[in-house]
Amino acid sequence: MARHWRAGAAGLAVLGLTLTACGGAKVGDTSSGSDNAGGSGKCGAFNLAVNPWVGYEADAAVVAYVAQHKLGCTVNKKNLKEEIAWQGFGTGEVDTVLENWGHDDLKKKYISGQKTAQEAGQTGNKGIIGWYVPPWLAKAHPDILDWKNLNKYAANFKTSESGGKGQLLDGDPSYVTNDAALVKNLKLNFKVVYAGSETALIQSFRDAEKNKKWVIGYFYEPQWFLSEVPLKKVSLPKYTTGCDAVAEKIACDYPVYDLDKIVSTKFAKSGSPAYKLVKNFNWTNDDQNTVAKYIAQDKMTDDAAAKKWVDANKDKVDAWLK
Amino acid sequence: MMAVTIEKPDGKPGTAEKTVPAAPVEKTRRISRAMVVGAVLVVWLVLFAVLRGKQTLSLAAADLTGLHKWLNDLNDSIGANRNSNPLFLYFFNEIRLVIDNLVTFIQHLISQPSGARPVPQIGWLGVVGLAGYVSWAVGNWRVALLAVAGFTFFGLQGLWQESMDTLALTVSAVFVALLFAIPLGVWAGLSDRFNRVVTPFLDFMQTMPTFVYLAPLTLIFLIGGASATIATVIYAAPPTIRITAHAIRNVSKTTVEAADSLGATRRQSLLKVLLPMSKRTVVMGVNQTIMAALAMVTIAALINAPGLGANVIQALQSLDVGTAFNAGLAIVVMAIVLDRVTTAASAREETSRNAKDRFATWRRPLLGAGAVLTLVLIYLSHTYLWAADFPGDGTVGTHIASAADTATNWAQDHLSGLTNAIRDVLTNGLLNPFQTLLTDSPWWLVGAVLVVLGVVLGGWKAGVTAAVCVGLLVGTGLWSDAMTTLASTLVATVLVMVLGIVFGVWMGRSAIVDRIIRPSLDAAQVMPPFVYLVPFLALFGATRFTAIVAAVVYGAPVAMKIIADGIRAVPETTVEAATSAGCNTWQIITKVQLPMSRSALTLATNQGLIYVLSMVVVGGLVGAGALGYDVVAGFSQGELYGKGLAAGLAIVLLGVMFDRITQAAARRASA
Repeated sequence: MARHWRAGAAGLAVLGLTLTACGGAKVGDTSSGSDNAGGSGKCGAFNLAVNPWVGYEADAAVVAYVAQHKLGCTVNKKNLKEEIAWQGFGTGEVDTVLENWGHDDLKKKYISGQKTAQEAGQTGNKGIIGWYVPPWLAKAHPDILDWKNLNKYAANFKTSESGGKGQLLDGDPSYVTNDAALVKNLKLNFKVVYAGSETALIQSFRDAEKNKKWVIGYFYEPQWFLSEVPLKKVSLPKYTTGCDAVAEKIACDYPVYDLDKIVSTKFAKSGSPAYKLVKNFNWTNDDQNTVAKYIAQDKMTDDAAAKKWVDANKDKVDAWLK
Repeated sequence: MMAVTIEKPDGKPGTAEKTVPAAPVEKTRRISRAMVVGAVLVVWLVLFAVLRGKQTLSLAAADLTGLHKWLNDLNDSIGANRNSNPLFLYFFNEIRLVIDNLVTFIQHLISQPSGARPVPQIGWLGVVGLAGYVSWAVGNWRVALLAVAGFTFFGLQGLWQESMDTLALTVSAVFVALLFAIPLGVWAGLSDRFNRVVTPFLDFMQTMPTFVYLAPLTLIFLIGGASATIATVIYAAPPTIRITAHAIRNVSKTTVEAADSLGATRRQSLLKVLLPMSKRTVVMGVNQTIMAALAMVTIAALINAPGLGANVIQALQSLDVGTAFNAGLAIVVMAIVLDRVTTAASAREETSRNAKDRFATWRRPLLGAGAVLTLVLIYLSHTYLWAADFPGDGTVGTHIASAADTATNWAQDHLSGLTNAIRDVLTNGLLNPFQTLLTDSPWWLVGAVLVVLGVVLGGWKAGVTAAVCVGLLVGTGLWSDAMTTLASTLVATVLVMVLGIVFGVWMGRSAIVDRIIRPSLDAAQVMPPFVYLVPFLALFGATRFTAIVAAVVYGAPVAMKIIADGIRAVPETTVEAATSAGCNTWQIITKVQLPMSRSALTLATNQGLIYVLSMVVVGGLVGAGALGYDVVAGFSQGELYGKGLAAGLAIVLLGVMFDRITQAAARRASA
């Protein structure tokens, strides 16, 4: 008996102490939610896929910010790889992919095949893919920026991975690459080495610029890293329509990709104001690079970065909302 | 030629010298085994010189075989039928619903705002109190302090909500895993036949790269908590199944017979004898399941699982190592807390039974008081904002991040000359020749060598397994890539064993060293690889060597722990006898301790290899190419899906082959 009494007393004492001594604001007391400043909330839920690269994150940050604060949508950002995001169109869990790089295979499967997705116009960003070298190298050997001179320097690009040839570093397998065919058809004394991720690629270029190392690799813009190290593009034989028709015989540069937006068919028909926003969303590479820089280098949160850009570009945002 | 070499090991020496005392027999047998292995290698080298570059079955990065295309079609047809197939409508969707509700429930409890509440039901104060109380109740007061400190640390790092999201997901995954794993483990422990059936599935679950089934999984169970939980369960459940089965098997036969002779029914002997007696080991299985679940945190983030993994991935997109490290550190702290608490819980099973209960009289009222106190804390954190939202803005986290940044930058600036030299020596001297030997030999030659080595080291059964695996590897169409991966894997395993022996012996011989090193080993096992891979990429470049280093970082801790245990298990008296006979330290280690822990060494090789293989995909992300890259590419590009799946299968096959060979060799070593 005594034991129970002791335990109970101890508990009550603590309870009393804490209740009288502390108090403070209660949950639900304060009007903590100044959630949706404007808008009537008729927008509802807006499921926005966020693919894993900073440029996309910048797009998503701005669109989400505008949708939430100007249209009163409940934005659900979903961090997903491309394949899985597209899959989500069919299952109704993803409304929008904001920055699509080509992906003809996915378009064939979901747009013309299952008809669960449809295109929603271009983002205004131009996707440029190609071979890049660090700036110090372009400065020291300006002629390296022409593919015809690459063989002259092949020996300098040799690494432990390239089997006696020059190394051409490829990155994330998510992006289109014709590099193996290009090397063969342009008769370059190079071997394609697969770095396997964007992280590995960026780190290689960063190291190359800092320590004056010889690196040539696959890269693309818009990309936040270019504002840290402005890589220089090597010119390949000019792209002409149809020169990339047969994969094994490609011997020309990559086309300029017009990055586009994809939405689920259901979302397009829903009449949501968010759909209109997505459809009208359009900006330049410089715009995206600015926001990407806020996020990647100034380490701002997505929301703060978006707010900063939106406040400075009212006219552009207003055009999206018309 | 093959036949001759195969004859030797099991033939003459062992049978002929049966009358001689045990030790010499063992010696001759081992020498002859070493000779056979040597002979096989010589024959291989000679044939390689003659046949180099023929029938190597190489396949270019973008090329596909019929099997790969068929797998693609299969994947597409599943996707197309999702909304009409009754299997989905009435089976998968129901499972999804149940698990989704479980996850959402726990999230609303500790991590996510629910309904009208802007904060979760239980705030930080309640969770910290609960963690401390539970740790004390199942373990002891020391781990309770650790739990309180660890959980408070999450808040100071500015990662409270993320940590709770991760905890919620881990708790639900472990709960679901145990729900299946313990009954299955008991069954596998009781029935040899079921054990044989289930083992290949467990191998599959543990070695099949998650990337391969992540996309189909989200197709079946949709994006969200359910998919993340199920992906984690697939990877995390096997250790509990295996260890439970092992524990049930190891309950001494006489005890069970005694129960039987007392007239206990099957059910009674299970519930009253087998389960209680194997409780301690089962808890160790639970511990391993928790660790495995935490290893999945970053992968789950790829399918929108909230939590620390998302922080790591987002920070790494802009190569922000500091921020990624901060989040990774939270995962490590959570792992260490959960590990120590479960270990203490399993130890408690022992001590509470043995100790003459001085505390027992006090324990119950104290538990009661603790429960009341915890309830008060939970109530406070439910009601008041200061106890719900963690105060402060995570400045500790900012400091940790900037310190990590400084450290990586320093290492990158000052060590890269040295590291490049190490890389070049090892790559040119060891990896390249070995890889050439494997990839440029005809496939049948390498296959035959693997089978013969299987027979020599592990016996006939292992040889048959090796033959089947070789056949299937050829079938995947990725033979050449598999050989490239194999070369890196074996080099990594050699490095793992070198480190394992050096540190394992050191730790085994000194308790202090063990206590100092062990937390870093735990950290190496659960820290998301990319956090340390970014600096490694600067040090070693995007190369196969970086992939090997990543594998060594992940695999070596296991080997060290196992070898340290083995060294410690050598009887004290034996070591003392050797010392009094005038042996110096070096002699004691090489002549007494290492030979006597031979079975631990083989087990360490086995586990080291399996762990190294589980890093193949991560290797593919940092320049290893081959199977790892195939898997990654399959995850990223639709038309390569089938090839990625085939590469995943090839990794499983390599794992199974080496597991069976090393296990059989281990059984021989301990026999």
